[in-house]
Amino acid sequence: MNRLRPGIIATLLSGLVAVFLLMPLIAVVPVSFTSRRYLSLPNGDWSWRHYAALFEDPEWGQSLLTSLQVGVLASLLAVALAAAFCIGIWMLRPRGAGLMTGFVLLPMVAPPVVSSLTLYFFLNQMARWNDIIAYDKLGGVVLAHMVMVIPYAVVVVMVSLSQLDRRMDLAAQSMGASVPTRVVGVILPNIRFGLIGAFFLCFLLSWDEIGVTLFVTSVETITLPRRMWMGLRDNVDPSIAALSVLLICVVTLLVVIRAAMLMRKERSR
Amino acid sequence: MRAFLFLICPVLLFLGASYLLPFLGIVQLSFTDPDPGLAQYSRVLTEDLPTGVIWRTLRLCVMVTAVSVSCAYVITLLWVRGSPLVRSITELCIMIPFWISVLSRAFGWLSMLSNRGLLNTWLQDMGLIDSAIQMTRNEFAVVVGMSHYLIPFAVFPLATAMRNVDERVLTAADGMGATRLRIFWQVFLPMTASGIMGATLLVFVFSIGFYVTPALLGGGQSVLVAELIYLWIFQIPQWGMAAAMSVVLMLGVGGILYVLMRRYGEMAK
Repeated sequence: MNRLRPGIIATLLSGLVAVFLLMPLIAVVPVSFTSRRYLSLPNGDWSWRHYAALFEDPEWGQSLLTSLQVGVLASLLAVALAAAFCIGIWMLRPRGAGLMTGFVLLPMVAPPVVSSLTLYFFLNQMARWNDIIAYDKLGGVVLAHMVMVIPYAVVVVMVSLSQLDRRMDLAAQSMGASVPTRVVGVILPNIRFGLIGAFFLCFLLSWDEIGVTLFVTSVETITLPRRMWMGLRDNVDPSIAALSVLLICVVTLLVVIRAAMLMRKERSR
Repeated sequence: MRAFLFLICPVLLFLGASYLLPFLGIVQLSFTDPDPGLAQYSRVLTEDLPTGVIWRTLRLCVMVTAVSVSCAYVITLLWVRGSPLVRSITELCIMIPFWISVLSRAFGWLSMLSNRGLLNTWLQDMGLIDSAIQMTRNEFAVVVGMSHYLIPFAVFPLATAMRNVDERVLTAADGMGATRLRIFWQVFLPMTASGIMGATLLVFVFSIGFYVTPALLGGGQSVLVAELIYLWIFQIPQWGMAAAMSVVLMLGVGGILYVLMRRYGEMAK
């Protein structure tokens, strides 16, 4: 067995790849402590000013709030629509189910820039009729994010439903339960973890979404990634480094906690 | 029937109205704006600017795919076949970058490679170079940044393929006296070929519609297809050209996905 473990060459090469993967994440740390206003390394004078700027500048707080609102709304609505769709397909098994599922998954496989253009076009048209779900409005961003995350919600809920025992639903049906009772009383409680998982996945995707957001917002509705983009594009602002360091810390913490939990689970088995 | 209406229809209507119809609008624009007929397509496929961008995109995406898949192969080898400790370390190295936003990762590469970045500062401090080497705003930076983003995506299909390799085949080869190199080259590598194929197509499809990383690291110097579409919408408005380019991109990606599905469909049989 041990003879067939990866050898010294594979280990060395992987080490290089691991360094390559982690390098840019580590590189932002010194940059975030620079005392100057442009991308540079601190030359003996480490400073917290860019961290302070994140908390003092109300624009960052505003963007954080916008991102949270968009994320929660888009994920809730997306999961609701996706769950209804998946349950319908699961219960009724209608003809053309494959085709319908393929259609719903389309935004996931289409190149993001094509989806962005499509949604920009749509929200521009909508702006003629209303000013809630329109270009550069919160409702418009929520709609655009919903379109982009629905496929992921569908995949997660489908997986969760495929593990559900169909006989449970049949039992309820034979006892005379109506369709709403079967959905609310039997199916939903049994896929609740799938629904929660789908919500978190959608929220994360919406939280990080930049490709489509760039096309459908300009000055009024600015999500956190959009503000980061502005700071990166115009003149590289070290506040982005400070924010990146905070985000990297959160992600690292979550990934490590998850890994530790999985290891404990395996050991206790 | 009523269940069908209330469960399955909402998402179909939603995506039909906000995604499919506007996309058809884009297709229509590509045939009508500004000239009716195929004029936009012939311009996209013959004029110097768009064809230059298409060729650059294809060339860079082939490079990115080669780099990502080979890096992913080595690190997946350790993730799947290493000792438990090695496995958890490599898992962290793959998962932490995977969950970090594309913007933070692009910023990380800017901190690493820019003129006042980590690498140039180190090289200058060590006296290896006199003045900073230009490492951003060129194709090199784009390839590095995109590969870094896509490696984790290449890892997943490779890991599936490597986990499916029957351990006994390797033990048999070992028992027959094959050297480690030969076991890898003649047994392990061919047995994971389907994973390499899957990872290659996946990464290529993802890379071809990429916008954020090339725009940030290329600094407007090496425009790719997605950025050209953005420019045609927001900088020099030419909706018809952007629409035609989107349709071409969609068809290209659709063709690759079709090949992918057929291949996997055949293997599943």
